[in-house]
Amino acid sequence: MSATETFRIELNGRPAEARRGETLLDVCRHAGVDVPTLCHLPDLAPSGACRLCVVDVRGRGLVPSCSCPVEPGMSVETNSQLATRARKTIVELLLANHPDDCLYCVRHGECELQDLAQRYGVRERRFVTAKNDDHVDISSPSLVRDPAKCILCGKCVRVCEEVMGVAAIDFTRRGSRTLVAPAFNRGLNVSTCINCGQCVMVCPTGALREKSHLKEVQDALDNPAVTVVVQHAPAVSVSLAEEFGLAPGADVEALMVTVLRRLGFARVFDTSFAADLTIMEEASELVSRLKGGGRLPMFTSCSPGWVKFVEQSYPDLMPNLSTCKSPQQMMGAVVKRVWAAREGIDPQRVFSVAVMPCIAKKFEAQRPEMGDAHEIPDVDAVLTTRELARLIRLHGLDLARMTPGAPDLPFGERSTAGKLFGGTGGVMEAALRTAHWLVTGREMYHLTVGAVRGLDGVKEARVKLDDIELGVAVVSGLGRARRLLEEIRAGRDDLHFIEVMTCPGGCVGGGGQPLRAASGAVLERLESLYRIDRSEPVRLSHRNRHVQELYDEVLGEPLGARSHELLHTSYHGRDGAV
Amino acid sequence: MQPDAMNGTNWCGARLNSLLRDGAGHDADLSAELRRLRREEMARPVVYVGAGTCGLGAGAGKVLAAVREHLAAAGVDAEVVETGCIGLCSEEPLLEVQLPGRARAVFSRVKPQDVPGILDAMLAGTVPTAHYLGQHGPDGLRRWDGLSALADHPFFAKQTRWVLRNCGLIDPGRIEESLACGGYRGLAKALRSLTPAEVCAEVERSGLRGRGGGGFPTGRKWTFALNTAADQRYMICNADEGDPGAFMDRAVIEGDPHRVLEGLALAAYAIGASKAYIYIRAEYPLAIRRLRAAIAQAEACGLLGDDILESGFDLKVVIKMGAGAFVCGEETALIHSIEGRRGMPRPRPPFPAVSGLFGKPSVINNVETLANVPEIVVRGADWFSSLGTEGSKGTKVFALSGKVARTGLVEVAMGTTVREIVFGAGGGIPGGKAYKAVQIGGPSGGCIPEQHLDIMVDYESLKTVGAMMGSGGLVVMDEDTCMVDVARFFMDFIQRESCGKCIPCREGTKHLRDMLDAIVRGRRHEKGADALARFKGVTYLPRLAEVIRETSLCGLGMTAPNPVLSTMRWFPEEYEAHIYERRCPAKVCRDLLTFDIDTEKCKGCTLCARACPSGAIVGGKKQPHLIVHDKCIACGACLEACKFEAVEVS
Repeated sequence: MSATETFRIELNGRPAEARRGETLLDVCRHAGVDVPTLCHLPDLAPSGACRLCVVDVRGRGLVPSCSCPVEPGMSVETNSQLATRARKTIVELLLANHPDDCLYCVRHGECELQDLAQRYGVRERRFVTAKNDDHVDISSPSLVRDPAKCILCGKCVRVCEEVMGVAAIDFTRRGSRTLVAPAFNRGLNVSTCINCGQCVMVCPTGALREKSHLKEVQDALDNPAVTVVVQHAPAVSVSLAEEFGLAPGADVEALMVTVLRRLGFARVFDTSFAADLTIMEEASELVSRLKGGGRLPMFTSCSPGWVKFVEQSYPDLMPNLSTCKSPQQMMGAVVKRVWAAREGIDPQRVFSVAVMPCIAKKFEAQRPEMGDAHEIPDVDAVLTTRELARLIRLHGLDLARMTPGAPDLPFGERSTAGKLFGGTGGVMEAALRTAHWLVTGREMYHLTVGAVRGLDGVKEARVKLDDIELGVAVVSGLGRARRLLEEIRAGRDDLHFIEVMTCPGGCVGGGGQPLRAASGAVLERLESLYRIDRSEPVRLSHRNRHVQELYDEVLGEPLGARSHELLHTSYHGRDGAV
Repeated sequence: MQPDAMNGTNWCGARLNSLLRDGAGHDADLSAELRRLRREEMARPVVYVGAGTCGLGAGAGKVLAAVREHLAAAGVDAEVVETGCIGLCSEEPLLEVQLPGRARAVFSRVKPQDVPGILDAMLAGTVPTAHYLGQHGPDGLRRWDGLSALADHPFFAKQTRWVLRNCGLIDPGRIEESLACGGYRGLAKALRSLTPAEVCAEVERSGLRGRGGGGFPTGRKWTFALNTAADQRYMICNADEGDPGAFMDRAVIEGDPHRVLEGLALAAYAIGASKAYIYIRAEYPLAIRRLRAAIAQAEACGLLGDDILESGFDLKVVIKMGAGAFVCGEETALIHSIEGRRGMPRPRPPFPAVSGLFGKPSVINNVETLANVPEIVVRGADWFSSLGTEGSKGTKVFALSGKVARTGLVEVAMGTTVREIVFGAGGGIPGGKAYKAVQIGGPSGGCIPEQHLDIMVDYESLKTVGAMMGSGGLVVMDEDTCMVDVARFFMDFIQRESCGKCIPCREGTKHLRDMLDAIVRGRRHEKGADALARFKGVTYLPRLAEVIRETSLCGLGMTAPNPVLSTMRWFPEEYEAHIYERRCPAKVCRDLLTFDIDTEKCKGCTLCARACPSGAIVGGKKQPHLIVHDKCIACGACLEACKFEAVEVS
């Protein structure tokens, strides 16, 4: 193959490098010229909906840069009067029926429409019309959908269909009455929505947002009769920094522990501890399925969006899901039903909070299977990384200036294997390390499994555990998972263990993460997890002392009766009413 | 011989081959049958009824029943044929009677009660003068003495009919009649003697351009697709005719479906497609029925399906019904719709000829475009390009409607003037009213005022006056039409039919409509800052129109402001009267009208007072009445109620 042809074009009167196959938007961005868009998604085919990216091409007039291939000899003005005026008019058209409640909007200050109005100097209401008044959909346990604030850029629709393979929402009606909605414009709770929140991540306005649990958490913190315990997921400590203007990928775990204490949480535990626990159970389950002829390939079950996806779209493959609860729920169960008793606290008076990079965790926490007959849920409230940042700002705390703190024991100690859960391939890598030990009685020589690392959406490897050769696959982004499941349905049988993370990149790219992250931020977060794995001594879940202690004192052995009661769950098909 | 007795299956193999062989002499049997099918020879009388959608709407169904009933009652052995529309829709229902050896006599506006008289007279050998329209038929038939020919009728005199050639003449339900009239000769010629590239080249050389509105050179489009390497290509016929007042494609399909199928097959052969789709709106049930039957017959004859005419060329034709969204006439939206997705356009490139239906190279051609192809292949590019003007070759079918004496389908050579169409074929404005404008090119086309009536119909000329060829709708407007109201009607249509994807079209067209609404709104309905908003709207209107035109995603949006821009350009004084004087010169915009009662003419009958929904009319019995303007809501009920023309509008 020949190298990609490069040539120069004229961009705003200066020469700019271009490669054949690039769009004008790519060329502008490489050249450091920001052309605004509201509908562009880097890895998907251009939709051409917002028309804000129009640039003035000599001899052709206004051309949408997102979908126009660059050609030699082009002369492009990104800010001609024609282009700027068109953009401003488009922004004004969007503002005409947009509710003017910015001061009350969760996206105030983080809103792309607001930024554009500011950038193009919209100072008067040129177009006057009735404001959108579609009602808010609060039916979902994870999401709030506010169609009145929707500018119909369509990014959520495309992500949901093209990346996640779910297609829970689509355009409905025509012309100015167009709406993005679930089927039949019913609530998201009865749709095929898997609560992943990738739509929230791409929404330029406040039309899609997480269902906030901040009030519940604040009320609990203010209630002296309640002991509030918090756990934080592995991906949170490598993402929170961005909310406070620090570099993507900075690990602020020790600072965050202090902040959480200052916020009033009585105990700060680490979900990565529960991840180690998950590995003990899940690796044992894998070995038991391999040896006992159980249903293979086994699927991981720590990503609640994925679990719902299997339940509703592939119920025939539900037996393939590991029965292990997710780390969040394991931690919740252990806190309410082991730790509380040990501390002599009535579990009814323990309020268990999870800080997660995810909004599907809010859905998971309220699943009826998750807790003591629903009277004492494992987890009471779930905050996203974003909500935690809001809480920190509310308290006026400066994260960067905290004194580093150590998590509370016993559930604050973790191996780096548990920490790896925060990225795609992490569960696989951690599980393989422990499965190797379970099968062979020895540790793996090279603990790093390079084949399952990195941001690729689908990674496959063959791993030898003595005489057993395992076929493993790691998938992130459900659209790709759907393709793999179809292969399995069609008879593919060379795989034994499959890790699926709902969101592209795994939890570091979760739907509860900082909005409008810099490009490349997800990779930085993932690299940060790998750095932690390289630099700490305990890298194996089964070497976590406190996990061993928990088995010795309470659980007995992996897959034992007590484990089953606390750490495992069941699934149900979801046809019709979801 | 019953119309349905032959199903086409006896037209296969050697007989079909013999028929379709170029220039070769046919045996006597075949020749005789062809003459019968062309109705040059017949054993018994034939009665034709124009039973296209337009004819049926005018009552052709009842006429047909009356014909059958009368023939049965009279014990006459005659053939009854349902034809498509001959084009003269305003004269429907049309009844034609042909006696053996004689020309076809055509009668217009026939009601069921007229049928016995006409039939009896004709069967007795005389042509009644009432309802008589003209006579026509193949050469060699004896004409009726002293009676005018249909070809001399002003509606037909200026026409050059190639696409519509068989429409209204043959039975569209029988492939034999199409074959007898030259059908499928082009396909046979191409499959036997031309390569796909040669067909593309011939069509490109002919100068045929897309008849759906864009005007892109058809042959060039085909060549793009042919030259894109692919394991599968698709040919698509766009029959999603959505312009208000346009019905050309429907009539061609209803009247001569095999011409369209032959064109489709030729196009598919030219681009190397083995599968073709016909995307047609579900609102065209008769056309769909005709197409279904035609496809089945062509497949039975081996003119569609596998190994067509033993050439190795396969073509499967699938009818795909659309739900009638205007935007689905746009290529990429249409493709999405066929794929089972929401009909929304996507940016081009990639063009469908490179990546279209299911990601494969696809060509989309309009019905009329395809209907032109067979003659081009049979008669050659030079023949075709001898018709028309420099940049626009061939003919164009227009659907003439509105305030014009004769409405219907007119096919004229490119370069014919709008005046010849409206005043020649159309017969001018009825009721002694003055011509105001004609809307050409559908809702997003433009209007042509009196001073430009002599503009030629071709792609480039029309653009010089802010109009466009479009798909062929021609809506004539007279002095009673308010151009602001017209713009408002079309803007409302466009903003409803916008798919909602791109912002300028979705939001912008709504604001344009709102601005026009404000212009025609009366003061009594204004509140707060409405008057200011109205005036602001007027000042921003040109800029908004420009942004919509320059930035919209697809053709619908890019042309969406045309109704406003075009009417503003040619009728600024009407806008000014509305905006500055709050007056509608054509007395159409109700909200701007004042109603009064002429006390001289008022007889005090109280009808108006009783009809008034707002109690605005006072006055006792046999006393002159009076309208209280403060209470009047300008609904016009009094105007309709008054029998003495005492209600005055100003």
